[in-house]
Amino acid sequence: MSRVTLRVNGEERSLELDPRTTLLDALREQLQLTGSKKGCDHGQCGACTVMVEGRRIYSCLTLAVMHDGEAVTTIEGLGRPDALHPMQAAFVKHDGYQCGYCTPGQICASVATLQEIEAGIPSHVTADLTAAPQLTAEEIRERMSGNICRCGAYSNIVEAITEVAGRPA
Amino acid sequence: MKFDTPATSNPIDQLRVVGQPVDRIDGPLKTTGTAPYAYERHDVARDQAYGYVLGAGIGKGRVAAMDTAAAKAAPGVIAVVTTLDMPRLGKGEMNTAFLFGGAEIQHYHQAIAVVVAESFEQARDAAAMIRTRYVREPGRFDLAAEAPKAQLASADSGEGSGAPQEDRTGDFEGAFAQAAVTLDETYSTPDESHAMMEPHATIAAWEGEKLTVWTSSQMIAWGRRDLAKTLGIPAENVRFDSPYIGGGFGGKLFLRADAVLAALGAKAAGRSVKLALTRPLIANNTTHRPATIQRIRIGAGRDGRITAIAHESLSGDLPEGQPETAVSQTRLLYAGANRLTALRLAVLDLPEGNSMRAPGEAPGLMALEMAMDEMAERLGMDPIDFRIVNDTQVDPEHAERPFSQRQLVQCLRIGAERFGWNRRSATPGQRREGQWLVGLGMAAGFRNNLVMKSGARVRLHGNGAVTVETDMTDIGTGSYTIIAQTAAEMMGLPLEKVTVRLGDSDFPVSSGSGGQFGGNSSTAGVYAACVKLREAVARRLGFNSAEARFEGGQVRAGNRSVPLGQAAGEAGLTAEDQMEYGDLAERYQQSTFAGHFVEVAVHAATGETRVRRMLAVCAAGRILNPKSARSQVIGAMTMGVGAALMEELAVDKRHGFFVNHDLAGYEVPVHADIPHQEVIFLDETDPISSPMKAKGVGELGICGVGAAVANAVYNATGLRVRDYPITLDKLLDRLPELA
Repeated sequence: MSRVTLRVNGEERSLELDPRTTLLDALREQLQLTGSKKGCDHGQCGACTVMVEGRRIYSCLTLAVMHDGEAVTTIEGLGRPDALHPMQAAFVKHDGYQCGYCTPGQICASVATLQEIEAGIPSHVTADLTAAPQLTAEEIRERMSGNICRCGAYSNIVEAITEVAGRPA
Repeated sequence: MKFDTPATSNPIDQLRVVGQPVDRIDGPLKTTGTAPYAYERHDVARDQAYGYVLGAGIGKGRVAAMDTAAAKAAPGVIAVVTTLDMPRLGKGEMNTAFLFGGAEIQHYHQAIAVVVAESFEQARDAAAMIRTRYVREPGRFDLAAEAPKAQLASADSGEGSGAPQEDRTGDFEGAFAQAAVTLDETYSTPDESHAMMEPHATIAAWEGEKLTVWTSSQMIAWGRRDLAKTLGIPAENVRFDSPYIGGGFGGKLFLRADAVLAALGAKAAGRSVKLALTRPLIANNTTHRPATIQRIRIGAGRDGRITAIAHESLSGDLPEGQPETAVSQTRLLYAGANRLTALRLAVLDLPEGNSMRAPGEAPGLMALEMAMDEMAERLGMDPIDFRIVNDTQVDPEHAERPFSQRQLVQCLRIGAERFGWNRRSATPGQRREGQWLVGLGMAAGFRNNLVMKSGARVRLHGNGAVTVETDMTDIGTGSYTIIAQTAAEMMGLPLEKVTVRLGDSDFPVSSGSGGQFGGNSSTAGVYAACVKLREAVARRLGFNSAEARFEGGQVRAGNRSVPLGQAAGEAGLTAEDQMEYGDLAERYQQSTFAGHFVEVAVHAATGETRVRRMLAVCAAGRILNPKSARSQVIGAMTMGVGAALMEELAVDKRHGFFVNHDLAGYEVPVHADIPHQEVIFLDETDPISSPMKAKGVGELGICGVGAAVANAVYNATGLRVRDYPITLDKLLDRLPELA
């Protein structure tokens, strides 16, 4: 067993765990934070997306022991049912989900997407790598393409993100 | 309550709550990750151990021996149960493949063992230590190769799609031979995977002889019955609970190995067990939409009127399986005196083929609506005009049977206007934007409306709030919300005064979720229970129930007004009923209609297809919640884009399995593949369907859209690909020279 201390949604959490435990399973099983979802366990679907040290990561593709001392933000850290994060509220308003299983990952990725654009990080569709990336639908779609929604709420998700970004949907 | 005469006016018609685009009531839970799915129920069944399912490594044959010594000795292991430990288990009524037990392997990744351990990591590790010796047998894995041996077979998907093995009206062959213009083409669609985001998962706990499963199921009553049958225990000893389901699309209609193995593992371990099928198991262990090879023949006069139409479909399945009902819509969609449909079934040793979103119509319309596009071109007609000329307001096989509502022509005309169809060039390959070839395509959408018996229990509390309980499921469809809207409308309450509890087999049996029957059927059941509750309230408050009005949390008649909650008293007031149906579905053909419009751009150098614009115009009865109904349609359109352009389970014809069995190999649409999507619902109520005057809408969106994409690709390039999906390799060697 290995010892690891994570700072999860602002709270220190010390865990004794099997070193083979992924960050996702540490969150879902040990900490019972089941908002982060296991859709594939292979880094193919994005449902497990969380923020580690301020950057989004597929939590199924990384071991918990690799993150000792690091800060993890999960969907539970963004908002609560009675106090929604603006992105969560926008997803509700624009019906940016159906079954809800990919939704926490989509929302974490959405928040990260806007931060990455704000920080000037280019994407595959950024035409000019030296200019600041623009908040276009094309940029949003490209940056969100690591998060599959089989229910097909994409059109609504882009509208939700666009609204939070401050552009007319 | 029995619905056997067309609906007249009723409280739903007020449309104070029903018909409004309200946010989903489960939205705050789903967007905060606090809606608990099956594997996440830390609140139930203490001391849960972890199960890990092992799938067979051969496509057909038998298990000769399994060495589990190392697995059993591995750290943390509590129990190992193998398929050799027991004879073949019983089979659920809805199952084709056996789920567990015995040495025979019917298909690849059939479950052969479950390992139960203290942790997921230990269970997974121990499962890898099991050594299995197989005896392989030759299998039938190639649909085209088995075609000569295929037999005629009738089928009913149980979801509103079906056809006799061969169905003839008039003299097809004679009329086709005489027709001035003809088409005779063959189309193929591949095996497809539901690929829902939440894997099949179950927590199972025994208390003596009683078994509870917290699972992910679209159909609670079917699942409970079939789990009991499979395990050989009385159904009353089984409880199913499935309040949140992370997508199904037909893949969770039936009992699957997760529930069976969690129950067996829990029995062997003497502990509650939770397990999920790993992603790589899902394509081969569970069900899929079967591949089809479809031949379509159409004969028409020079005026464009169809005189002869034939649609024949071949698909494969395991022994005792069913054909994909791909010809179903062709019996109803267009006029024409001389008709033929036929279904053929080949025996294959691939995994079980079964329902996936709009079984029958989804692949059937991909072929039929491409054939209609080709035929329109041969006639020199606009494809919309060709469809309008051949519209019918009656069942073409039974002229005495009218459609209850049929606004297909309106869907097509409105769609054409909104989408700018007049900008389409009738000659393909004409519009270029730089290196992109741009084209427009359309198709008709069609899907039958099915009504199913559905029950509910409604409880009025002293504070004037109402709780609805039914075993109906919400698989992303919005059931929670439309059921709450229905109860709020009926009882004269605001939405927030209604609590909805779903998915528990202790609740009254509902329609469940499938075949786009769930929304209309389950709300009709809630309507029935609410009618009963209104009568009980009126009785208790001394009102004449025919005069009592329920509004604003009050019950009113004449100049008397009483708070609704007063009728409940301390103990509450409960009513339970179900909606059953008479013969309106036989007397009238009930269907839903759409016009699908798509613009694509195909890269002239690479053959890459990009969908640029999409519009669906839908006529599907009263829309109970335009916000969630629109989501159903855009989601189905998205899946239709997948079917047209990328989705295909690749068959290994030597070893007999689907090779690309995960979400990297099996490509589904992602954000970058889908543009902004438009949906228009025609103003329609259908009093023949139910007191809700609604119809199904959850599958209509996928019906026809694949062909609209294909027709747009043709319009862009002049290249006709009849073998779905239309991947770039099928275009590449024929693309026009770059300027």
